[in-house]
Amino acid sequence: MALLTYRDALNQALREEMQRDDRVFLMGEEVAEYDGAYKVSRGLLKEFGPKRIVDTPIAELGFTGIGVGAAMVGLRPVIEMMTWNFALLAIDEIVNGAAKIRYMSGGQLSCPIVFRGPGGSALQLGAQHSQAFESWYAHIPGLKVLAPGTPADAKGLLKSAIRDDDPVVFIEGEMLYNTKGEVPEGEYLTPIGRAEIKRPGSDVTLVCHGKTVSVALKAAEQLSAEGVAAEVVDLRSIRPLDTETILTSVGKTNRCVIVEEGWPFAGVGAQVVDVIQRDAFDALDAPVLRVTNADVPMPYNKHLEKAAKADAGKVVEAARRVLYLRQPKAD
Amino acid sequence: MATTTKPVRERLDPDAAIAYKQYLRQMLLIRHFEEKAGEAYSLGKIGGFCHLYIGQEAVAVGAISALRPDDYVTSAYREHGQALVRGMTSRAVMAELFGKATGCSHGKGGSMHLFDASLGFLGGHGIVGSHIPIAAGAAFAIKYRGGDQVSVCFFGEAAANIGAFHETLNMASLWELPAIFICENNGYGMGTAVARASAVRNLAVRGSAYDMPAEEVDGQDVLVVREAMDRAVERARKESQPTLLEIRTYRYVGHSMSDAAHGTYRTKDEVEEYRRRDPIKVLAERMRSAGALDDAGWDALDAEVKAEVEDAYAFAESSPDPDPSELHTNVYAGPAGATPETGGPG
Repeated sequence: MALLTYRDALNQALREEMQRDDRVFLMGEEVAEYDGAYKVSRGLLKEFGPKRIVDTPIAELGFTGIGVGAAMVGLRPVIEMMTWNFALLAIDEIVNGAAKIRYMSGGQLSCPIVFRGPGGSALQLGAQHSQAFESWYAHIPGLKVLAPGTPADAKGLLKSAIRDDDPVVFIEGEMLYNTKGEVPEGEYLTPIGRAEIKRPGSDVTLVCHGKTVSVALKAAEQLSAEGVAAEVVDLRSIRPLDTETILTSVGKTNRCVIVEEGWPFAGVGAQVVDVIQRDAFDALDAPVLRVTNADVPMPYNKHLEKAAKADAGKVVEAARRVLYLRQPKAD
Repeated sequence: MATTTKPVRERLDPDAAIAYKQYLRQMLLIRHFEEKAGEAYSLGKIGGFCHLYIGQEAVAVGAISALRPDDYVTSAYREHGQALVRGMTSRAVMAELFGKATGCSHGKGGSMHLFDASLGFLGGHGIVGSHIPIAAGAAFAIKYRGGDQVSVCFFGEAAANIGAFHETLNMASLWELPAIFICENNGYGMGTAVARASAVRNLAVRGSAYDMPAEEVDGQDVLVVREAMDRAVERARKESQPTLLEIRTYRYVGHSMSDAAHGTYRTKDEVEEYRRRDPIKVLAERMRSAGALDDAGWDALDAEVKAEVEDAYAFAESSPDPDPSELHTNVYAGPAGATPETGGPG
């Protein structure tokens, strides 16, 4: 095992897959000469040259569509969104194009492409730069949606995404790039569609993905001090969703809290709740609760921003509620 | 813009006579095919939206005849004609309009989503302008692989007003992609005349904004279209340079089957005026004056094409619907291609 940042783990994945398959190329704003807006592509221009590490104008719709077309005729593009907020300009090519090419063509054409970049909120970036769009893309048949929360998963899932024959929306955590974690040495792939138990426990299930993995783990640590053993289920893959792991965990704990960075309405957690109420109804000892970002555009003020975000404290509070534990009195 | 028919004084050489006859046959096939499709639509055999190409035949024939089998063609939703010229059979296209399993997209695409990977025909796209970058993506792949194919994109003049057009032309020129952008200017984006939608009347000038060679072309004369296309193909294949062709044409029918040919946004006189320079008539007259076509030849060709369309219609009608199990296939890759478990019902 090596200790790597999430950023360097992604960089390794790109490098290894580009070494392995010359159909793979990276395209996006500032990916080449600038070494990546978040430095995920650092050093790749030097190694692979401008043919395969392609700087684009600021034209998300155009270069995303160019990626889709290149994928349809046999290349394996990785399209970097400087952030997923900007991908809204390109969503037509992802939803009306990439997701539907195989189906509309009766299976004749495929679109093996990865759209990747940071999602979610960072710090005080305001309403237009602080959004989590996992549920938007997960709504679309034809797309796969991945959101790794650790360096090891970031590397293994990106490699799987690049090798996948379908379009993959790969949402990285903007706040995770500097976080470090153990990453296996050598070649490995993390399977798409498999959640992982990041911490075992028997009293309550905490479902999370992406940046909220660290939130759930922190909450589990706090709960442990209160004598509660929380099990942390990291979805890793939003679509396809690993319902088996969710149901097995809830079958054991009988209680569940889902935490995500998105807004509450029709969010990823709503889908997880649907799975649990349908297939684990009899196992439940309490209603499933969700912790999400507040149902507002993200405010700039740091106190308001903190109040808007899902955090460990809110998860602990929700866990106590599903366990019918008394909340500590406010100071 | 040259709008007069090119005078042909000498007899055609044998190769030209064969080529002209092929153009005439393809244009006539599109005309009769589309008339039949309109009839089938009225009878409820074709559903959804259906956009006919009647009047614009010379554009598809002149342009696609200049291509090699390994080139790529991408189009929008008025693409029946281009699909036929590219080599899809009348049967496969008609069956797709009928939504049958034997259709080119196995009944999952419909009129707006014709595909044939074996012919490099990349659709059939229903969102105005969305396929312009996709076609440039195919050109990007050609250049990436070091090939000498070209990628051709057909779109209407209304698509020249959307961002995807501008973003794509900029990158295609910047990156010297072997792409040919064919703007079929039929005068109307649905019911909105060009003059009411575009600050410039001559859309070819937009090429200059991206340092891209552009030409304005008479789209009612298949030979003029072909010559312009030959120049664009040469530039793309030999120099890896893109071209914008604004091809002036006209549709005799409404935007789609629910739109009358005239009465709201254009007059009957205007439609009649354009019909006088019908692309089929223009070529047929030239062939007659060169001694390459007579009444018997015309009648035989017309009958042959009509028989092909009738056969396609019968084939489409008698073909089976897709099996109900096909609902869930081709969503994802894999043997079944079905939707992986998402936790949702059904």
